[in-house]
Amino acid sequence: MLPLLTVRIQSEPFDAAAEIEALSRLGEDVGAVTSFTGFCRSEGGRLAALELEHYPGMAEEEIGSVVAEAVSRWPLYGVTVIHRHGVMRPSDGIVLVVTASSHRTASFEAANFVMDYLKTRAPFWKKEHRVDGSLGDWVDAKIEDDRLATRWKLDA
Amino acid sequence: MWLISMSEIKLVYFAWVRERIGLAEERVSVPDEVKTVAELAGWLQTRGEEYAHAFENPAVVRGAIDRKHVKPGALIAGASEIAFFPPMTGG
Repeated sequence: MLPLLTVRIQSEPFDAAAEIEALSRLGEDVGAVTSFTGFCRSEGGRLAALELEHYPGMAEEEIGSVVAEAVSRWPLYGVTVIHRHGVMRPSDGIVLVVTASSHRTASFEAANFVMDYLKTRAPFWKKEHRVDGSLGDWVDAKIEDDRLATRWKLDA
Repeated sequence: MWLISMSEIKLVYFAWVRERIGLAEERVSVPDEVKTVAELAGWLQTRGEEYAHAFENPAVVRGAIDRKHVKPGALIAGASEIAFFPPMTGG
């Protein structure tokens, strides 16, 4: 059976529980479902919101190719990635990755891989909105994110 | 007969590159001697203060040709859309 791959770029919130449920029901051999949700933080009360800008078209294509690479590396029944754009308030979900496999190692590793690659390849940028109403800086990319991505030894 | 010496390309900018230039996208006629993405960034730098600011540290600015990441030495010939943006901070 071909894995069920879903990539959505949207401004609306997502329902993590519903997405996990959907991959959990892909078949009786699904033995492990891993999910990761990334949330907007207030950074200790400093931020009112994060605004996410993206490159339409390229965002879908890049995440799609990361998902395709994950499926080629691990035996997966399904992968769902949802990435939001627009204004996020603290505690709002920004990104969701769900992977389904027979065993936990594949589902854990694949979800980790997708997040690491998405951080450095998917064309999204975060801008800070401060609690005093002013616009803050664009969030800087972390060198640590590049290191985490390179540990998977994928050169693209 | 005239030889075409300029080619027109759509450029798109994101995040602080977009803010510094003051445009989300534009069509520009690029001289033929501009062959690579790095040369294009260098040529754009000469188009005014806003561009000079956006590309003041060209090593930081990333490029994409037709929505694929490329290295600075990538050739721009045949491209229909070239994007410039800072390192990505999604996820």
